[in-house]
Amino acid sequence: MQESKIGLDYAKVAHAREIARNIANQVQSFVDGYTTVAVERTVCRLLGIDGIDGNEVPLPNVVVDALKSSGQLGQGIAFYLGNAVVETGLTPQAVAEAVSRGELDITQLPLHKAGEIEAALQPYVAATIERIRGRRQRREHYIETIGEGSKPYLYIIVATGNIYEDVVQAQAGARQGADIIAVIRTTGQSLLDYVPYGATTEGFGGTFATQENFRIMRKALDEVGEEVGRYIRLCNYCSGLCMPEIAAMGALEGLDVMLNDALYGILFRDINMQRTLIDQYFSRIINGFAGVIINTGEDNYLTTADAYEEAHTVLASDFINEQLALQAGLPEEQQGLGHAFEMDPMLENGFLYELAQAQMLREIFPNAPLKYMPPTKFMTGNIFRGHIQDALFNIIGQWTHQGLQLLGMPTEAIHTPFMSDRYLSIENAKYIFNNMKDIGEEVEFKEGGIIRRRAKEVLDNATALLEQMENEGLFSALEKGIFANVKRPKNGGKGLDGVTRKGVNYFNPFVELMKGKK
Amino acid sequence: MSEGLYSMEAKDYDKTLDLTQIKPYGDTMNDGKTQLSFTLPVPAGDEAVEAAKQLMKKMGFENPLVVYSKELTAGFTFFNCYGSCSHTVDYTTIHVPKVESDTMDMHECDEYIREHIGRKIVVVGASTGTDAHTVGIDAIMNMKGYAGHYGLERYDMIEAYNLGSQVPNEEFIAKGIELKADALIVSQTVTQKDIHIKNLTELVEMLEAEGLRDKIILICGGPRISHELAKELGYDAGFGMNTYADDEASYIAQEMVRRGLK
Ligand code: B12
Repeated sequence: MQESKIGLDYAKVAHAREIARNIANQVQSFVDGYTTVAVERTVCRLLGIDGIDGNEVPLPNVVVDALKSSGQLGQGIAFYLGNAVVETGLTPQAVAEAVSRGELDITQLPLHKAGEIEAALQPYVAATIERIRGRRQRREHYIETIGEGSKPYLYIIVATGNIYEDVVQAQAGARQGADIIAVIRTTGQSLLDYVPYGATTEGFGGTFATQENFRIMRKALDEVGEEVGRYIRLCNYCSGLCMPEIAAMGALEGLDVMLNDALYGILFRDINMQRTLIDQYFSRIINGFAGVIINTGEDNYLTTADAYEEAHTVLASDFINEQLALQAGLPEEQQGLGHAFEMDPMLENGFLYELAQAQMLREIFPNAPLKYMPPTKFMTGNIFRGHIQDALFNIIGQWTHQGLQLLGMPTEAIHTPFMSDRYLSIENAKYIFNNMKDIGEEVEFKEGGIIRRRAKEVLDNATALLEQMENEGLFSALEKGIFANVKRPKNGGKGLDGVTRKGVNYFNPFVELMKGKK
Repeated sequence: MSEGLYSMEAKDYDKTLDLTQIKPYGDTMNDGKTQLSFTLPVPAGDEAVEAAKQLMKKMGFENPLVVYSKELTAGFTFFNCYGSCSHTVDYTTIHVPKVESDTMDMHECDEYIREHIGRKIVVVGASTGTDAHTVGIDAIMNMKGYAGHYGLERYDMIEAYNLGSQVPNEEFIAKGIELKADALIVSQTVTQKDIHIKNLTELVEMLEAEGLRDKIILICGGPRISHELAKELGYDAGFGMNTYADDEASYIAQEMVRRGLK
């Protein structure tokens, strides 16, 4: 058993983890019985269906909407698509095109045996699995040959709205020292029940996530990675109503990191909880298989709830997210569990509390590449103080060995980053990481001191919260506003009409393959 | 040390404060000292520094100094600069449009409504369009309020409905009609590419089309909203940073009385 630098009681940690597992099991037993339009569209994409119709509706939507309107969504698209392939001898893509031209109703064809249907899809399944595996090997090869930055990885965002402008900003960031480039999504995309198509140049507060945009940015980062001699990771947002589809697109195009958290969508985008937890399961299976690091969104709780008072909700949620990820076969090494440096800067000893919590999370999730969010809520127009707030945050990142350090920008309260803001922030982090490199190994925390006491308090409170949630379940906890002080009804929010019970013929050819990593 | 910053000879200007001609203050009245930073799309080098200085001169700075420059990526150079501003403004003739009402605290405000309006005021609020930020509208509306100022839900004489975020304008108006709103209050946080302007303008146009604009009090707020901007867009008032529920409640109540809306 590892030794705790802050005096954590590992028996308590194990107990909390156990309860979280029970909570996750309850969620999973619900999830297993259902599918959604997004999950089925994802299966379409993984079977090679791509493109749009004359009205710019993506073909996966055309096919799945047709299935839904004939009341057969619960049987799953693989069943009807596979059957259509057997019957017509066409590829899934050609079937989708025929559906979109109105020439084919896949629910009206004579039905073939399950074995035949599965066999007909087999080559398409295998091709996709191979492609994703290839993507993963490509990343691993790059890391072995050109190398990568050391942890904490420097993570920056680009958000111009125009993918070509994003490329300029991203390459500049990589040259300045960034290890991960996240292309922030445009406001409103999470509520679209389809993924837009092609390269895009118009977005607000971010850029559309499209498969073509992924491709453009991947290529740009490979270029700059070779130039600077470091593999540059690409991050996007696998959240909202198209969660698993984006996971599939990211897996196909070699993304490395994905924001992927149902709880975030529920609390901050008002997405229906049933819908997004079902979607999340499949998306995490895909991310797990593709070797993608996921980021969870606990840090956001602290933008609407108080960071000092509600710190334990972050830990409780991290425990649950860990278990939900494991359920989907996503290993600890890919779990970028979230937390943040969000206390009021005027709080006496705030730095000590933040340090305690970061060290605590490090020790509770020793293998996870923890995602550490910078101060955002208490950033103001005083960019000079803001730069210091970010410096304190960077000290803790290095000290406690965080995995992904989301760099704070002095201009956080004003605009999405300028090129020069990113430069100043990277300089800030690099200076501190180097200047304080081994501080974590040198300094110990006083027995009975503020830091040890804080860690104990947060763990105790998180455990109490988990115990309470174990009795009532995650759904009811969300209805009561336990996270982020935001209440969401189980049957409210967006996307519930895209949820349906699985029928007798239902199968998803990717789940077991990807979970087994065969 | 750079001689410009400490130069003695440049100080032969009038050092008395004249409010009709003010300019930036560094450490001596009317020295005009200003600090600024920007990036130019050119590679680093003497030419880049010269370009920065020339630009500063065009901006009206005397003695432009580039104290730091750094190429951010090929073809983009960042500058930290100082200069002495040659322009002045007449402070004495400045007029800033402000919300015209006296801010009362919650109790005074409730009392005012009781006395002058004699019934509860209905206020419907939301963060509209695709905006998902709720902290601002919650600060104004939620019971507990923000920074020591109680929110509208706590007022005895206000019936407050907070519709949350991502509320489409149509739905917002429909809800306003259904609840017989006296005031509609909108929060906007995302301003990139002026998305808030489009969204706020759309709301006004829709209200006008429905013939409702004159019958209600329409207010917007958010960190980049000013009263002036709000007026320009056709709102009755706008509230920016560091404004709270009491500022707004007082305004609504007094404006209703002023306009005879009862
Ligand atoms: C918290 C936060 C979030 C949270 C919001 C949680 C929630 N439920 O609200 C989360 C993480 C979800 C979030 C998401 C995003 N955010 Co945000 N967020 C912030 C942050 C850190 C703080 C905002 C805040 O809460 N301020 C505190 C409140 C109390 O202040 P306030 O809103 O100004 O309100 C006061 C006054 O303005 C006024 N007021 C406000 N509204 C109203 C209304 C009325 C009627 C009245 C009278 C007064 C009034 O009263 C309040 C009290 O004084 C800011 C950065 C910062 N430090 O400002 C970025 C920031 C606002 N976000 C930003 C962006 C871009 C986004 C995203 C679009 C990013 C993305 N692409 O996904 C998404 C939003 C997507 C969407 N659909 O909207 C940008 C906006 C840039 C711009 N100028 O356009 C900022 C500035 C960060 C940045 N530098 O990029 N965000």
